[in-house]
Amino acid sequence: MALTVTTPDSDSGRATTAPHAVRFDSVSKSFGRAAARQRAVEEVDLTVRPGEFVTLIGASGCGKSTLLNLVAGLDEPTSGTIDVPGGRPALMFQEHALFPWLTAGRNIELALKLRGVPKKERRPEAERLLELVRLGGTHGKRVHELSGGMRQRVALARALAQDSQLLLMDEPFAALDAITRDVLHEELTRVWQETGLSVLFVTHNVREAVRLAQRVVLLSSRPGRVVREWEIDIPQPRRIEDSAVSALSVEITDHLRQEIRRHVQH
Amino acid sequence: MSSTDADTARGTEGPGRGSGPSGGADRERSDLADLEAGLDALETRPAPDRPPVGRILLDKVVPPLAAIVLVLTVWQIVHLSGVKPDYLLPGPLDVWGAVEQMWVQGTLLEYIWTSVSRGISGFAIAIALGTPLGLLIARVKVVRAAIGPIVTGLQSLPSIAWVPAAIIWFGLTNGTIYAVILLGAVPSIANGIVAGVDQIPPIHLRAGRTLGATGLTGVRHILLPAALPGYLAGLKQGWAFSWRSLMAAELIVNAPALGTGLGQLMENYRTMQNMSGVLAAILLILLVGVAIDLLFFSPLERRVLRSRGLLGRSG
Ligand SMILES: Nc1ncnc2c1ncn2[C@@H]1O[C@H](COP(=O)(O)OP(=O)(O)OP(=O)(O)O)[C@@H](O)[C@H]1O
Ligand SMILES: [Mg+2]
Repeated sequence: MALTVTTPDSDSGRATTAPHAVRFDSVSKSFGRAAARQRAVEEVDLTVRPGEFVTLIGASGCGKSTLLNLVAGLDEPTSGTIDVPGGRPALMFQEHALFPWLTAGRNIELALKLRGVPKKERRPEAERLLELVRLGGTHGKRVHELSGGMRQRVALARALAQDSQLLLMDEPFAALDAITRDVLHEELTRVWQETGLSVLFVTHNVREAVRLAQRVVLLSSRPGRVVREWEIDIPQPRRIEDSAVSALSVEITDHLRQEIRRHVQH
Repeated sequence: MSSTDADTARGTEGPGRGSGPSGGADRERSDLADLEAGLDALETRPAPDRPPVGRILLDKVVPPLAAIVLVLTVWQIVHLSGVKPDYLLPGPLDVWGAVEQMWVQGTLLEYIWTSVSRGISGFAIAIALGTPLGLLIARVKVVRAAIGPIVTGLQSLPSIAWVPAAIIWFGLTNGTIYAVILLGAVPSIANGIVAGVDQIPPIHLRAGRTLGATGLTGVRHILLPAALPGYLAGLKQGWAFSWRSLMAAELIVNAPALGTGLGQLMENYRTMQNMSGVLAAILLILLVGVAIDLLFFSPLERRVLRSRGLLGRSG
């Protein structure tokens, strides 16, 4: 019934030697009551290792966002436990979710402030994070002055500002055009490699999942359960057009389709 | 899950791999940077130029001036045509004369300041009460169910309806005047903040919570700034209601000890059957209301909306 967020001593946050970045133990979540009760996810067991990049794929409405919300502490599981040893995880949404009343840089500084970073260090740290996503010089820009891809990069920088060990991403690139998305894939891979974060990335784009992840987890629909996993050992840097990526994508897509077809009888 | 594969995979592509770049990786990286910079440049719209001052004058200042001149002209024509005797319908110049006389006597600014200072302090108290009340209604379900409809309903009750009750409670004192202002303005301000909070996209609240902004921190850093546009609209309306209620109260609550505000001034002219004076007082009340909106609320509102990209340069 509980979400355990073990908060480590602040300075040992990164160095913690927990065997996992997040662990789901037979996690179930239902919405509504009695007759209208809907099981969104059921008996999910899943472990993300520290530093690992895992993508969750599944048909629309299979409970991917629900799972991420549970990890982020925005919702409580109906049963089962979720262990997040690294403290509160960072979360990125499909929409950028930047605050329009703040500039790009201030959005990041707010995250730093809420984390308890002293005032003097915030500005330089925000600049550093903007540099990391290659947006140096946009500190004073208003959110509405940025393009969609730039907004998502600022959102990534803000998520990184939380200095969490675990980054949750809920279809963060779904609303972007193909070229921009491609660039952001490379960017994310680079940032992940440089920071050593654990990433749990949700998408229903199978190629994207294969392009990015070390492990792809397929969820069934209604209720969401872990059906299958694929370890991916194609070396990075990968491209979404690589033949190895395509081949595996075809295989996973077949399984996904099979999963969806199962619902015809109901 | 198979762990053997995972280990090899992590060995080749895990964290740290980026720390030993080869020449090829470097080139690829700067290619990516160029590509990204190109995309950013293509997709960022340059801020539109501020229109020239002449243009602003033509669009924003000339039309209202023309309207005023038209009204004054029609007024003067009707006055000259003599359909009503002068003491019932004085001309614009007579009214101007009344204002000028107050100026010469040095009492004009005193009248205005008496009312404006009352209005401002009443409005400030209304903000202090209306804001937490609105937040409570917006965020606490029981409170919303219990008093939400009443507060909304109060908005449509003309505040002058409170004057008799307030006089019975407080007599002919400032207390009565402030009570009427508060009953007029607090519901508007509370409703404004409720509307502002209701319009916040839920994603901002969720983003705030994942960043760790909960409880009062969340109210201060997320809820209030996110609700600001609706809140400002509420404040603007709250000021209009304060000013209206104040005039209603001043008209009726007239005692020498309270000093002379614009409402009392008007009532005094009425007892003297001085129509020019009454019209002059009406004009002053209107002018002060418009001036405070134009000088304070409108610029503030436009600034807030513009900084959030909710308003074009021309808007
Ligand atoms: N707050 C809620 N109340 C009731 N039902 C909900 C709620 N949130 C989600 N659900 C239901 O739970 C199921 C899973 O939803 P969820 O948003 O997690 O799916 P998803 O996999 O993220 O879908 P998508 O790919 O469309 O984003 C859906 O059937 C949805 O209708
Ligand atoms: Mg979703």
